[in-house]
Amino acid sequence: MISVQNITVRFGEKEVLHHFSLQLPERGIVGLSGPSGCGKTTLLRVLAGLQRPDEGTAVLPGPVTMLFQEDRLLPWRTAEEHLTDVLPRGRRQEAAHWLALVELTGEEHARPAQLSGGMRRRLALARALACGGGLFLLDEPFTGVDRDRAKRILTRMRELSVPILLSGHEPELLALCQSVVWLDGPPLRLVPPPAP
Amino acid sequence: MRDKTIRVLAALLFWLAVWAFAAWRVNAEFLLPGPRKVAETLAALGATASFWQTILASLLRIFAGMLLGTLLGALLAVLTTAWDWADAILTPAIRVIRAIPVASFSLLVLLWVYTNRVPVAVSALMVLPVVWGNVSQGIRQTDPLLLEAAKVYRFGRWKTVKLVYIPSVLPYFASGCHTALGLAWKAGVAAEVLCIPKQAIGTQVYYSKYYLETPELFAWTLVVLALSFLMERGLAALLLRLKGGDKG
Repeated sequence: MISVQNITVRFGEKEVLHHFSLQLPERGIVGLSGPSGCGKTTLLRVLAGLQRPDEGTAVLPGPVTMLFQEDRLLPWRTAEEHLTDVLPRGRRQEAAHWLALVELTGEEHARPAQLSGGMRRRLALARALACGGGLFLLDEPFTGVDRDRAKRILTRMRELSVPILLSGHEPELLALCQSVVWLDGPPLRLVPPPAP
Repeated sequence: MRDKTIRVLAALLFWLAVWAFAAWRVNAEFLLPGPRKVAETLAALGATASFWQTILASLLRIFAGMLLGTLLGALLAVLTTAWDWADAILTPAIRVIRAIPVASFSLLVLLWVYTNRVPVAVSALMVLPVVWGNVSQGIRQTDPLLLEAAKVYRFGRWKTVKLVYIPSVLPYFASGCHTALGLAWKAGVAAEVLCIPKQAIGTQVYYSKYYLETPELFAWTLVVLALSFLMERGLAALLLRLKGGDKG
C-alpha cells in the first residue's frame, strides 16, 4: 500500500497540506483531480521526496520517478538520448519501445527545440516511464497533447501494470484511470466526486 | 558570406588608405612609417630564420600561459562554486590577481622564475581570473530545474556533470576563452618587453623602439595581430567542435 499520513506542508504562513492522509493501491493508474493551486503538485513533490513535509510520514514502494509539470528536457540531447540517459546500460535498445509508446517513432534524432510542445511533453513522459521505479508520479502528463492521442497513450500505460499517480483535469482521461481521488484546497482535502 | 568578405576587405582598404595618407602627411618614417615600408620590412624579416624562431618561441609561451590559466581558472571555478570555504579563501586572491597591473606582475614574477617563463606566468595570471569568472557564472546559472530532474532520474554525480553542467557552462567558458586570448597576447608580449627573453616578439619590439626602428616596431605589431587572430580562429574552431561533440 502507498500511503501518506498526517502530512502538513507550510510555505511561510500558508498551509498547503494540513494533516492530509491518503492510501493508494500498489498497482494501476490513480487519477488526482482538483482545481489548479489546490496542492496536488505539492503532494506529488512530497511523495517524490523533493519537498520535506513539516509533519507526517509517507510510505512508498521503491524508488519514485516523477514527471514534472515542466518538461525539463535537455536542449542539447536528442529524443533517443533522453531515453538512453535514463535506461540502464544493458537495456538501452528499449528506447525505441518507449518512443513508440508515446507515438514519437521517427523523432529519435530530434532535439527538444525541433519538437512541438505536445511532442516535448510526450518525450518527457516517455523518459519518466523509461526511468523505472516503484511509483510513478505524473504531474499533468498530457498538457498540450491532443485528447485522442492522450487516450491511446494512457490505454497503453494501463498495460504496464505499475503504480502511477497522475494529476489532470480532463474527465475523459480520468475515466481511463482505475480510480480517481477528488481533491480541493488549499489546504488540500479529499472531496466527493462531482455529480454526473 | 560573400557580402561579409567584401565588407571586411572594404574596411581594411579604408584604414590602409587612412594610414598611408597620415604617413604621407607626417613625412617622417621614424614617427609613422607608411604601409608599404612596413610591408617591405616585414618581407625582409620573413626571409630570416630567426624571425620564425622568434614567432614560434613567443607562440609557445603565450599558448602555454593560456592553457595554464584556462585549466587553473576552470578548476578554481569548480572549487569556489562547490565549497563555501574555498570561495571564502580563494575568491579574494583571484580578485587581487585581476586588479594587479601587468607591469607589476612581470617585474615581481621576474624575481621568482626564469626570464623565459615570465611571459608564460603573466599570461596565465591574466587569463585565470577571466576564465574563473565566466565558468563560475556558468555553474551558478545552471538551471536548477534541470538539476532537480537529474536527481529524480537518478543520474548520479558524473552523469549530472557530463549531461547538465558541462553543456550549460560551455557557452560561458567559450566567451571567457575568447576574451582571455586577447588578454594573453597583450600581457604576454608586454611581459616580454619588460623581461627581454632571448627569443621573443616582445624583445624585438623593445629593441625596435630602443633603436627607433619604427617600421620594424610596426611589422612586429602586425605579427602579433596576425597571430592573435589566427589563435582566436583556432580556438573558435576547437570550441565549435567541443559543442558539436557534446550535441552529437
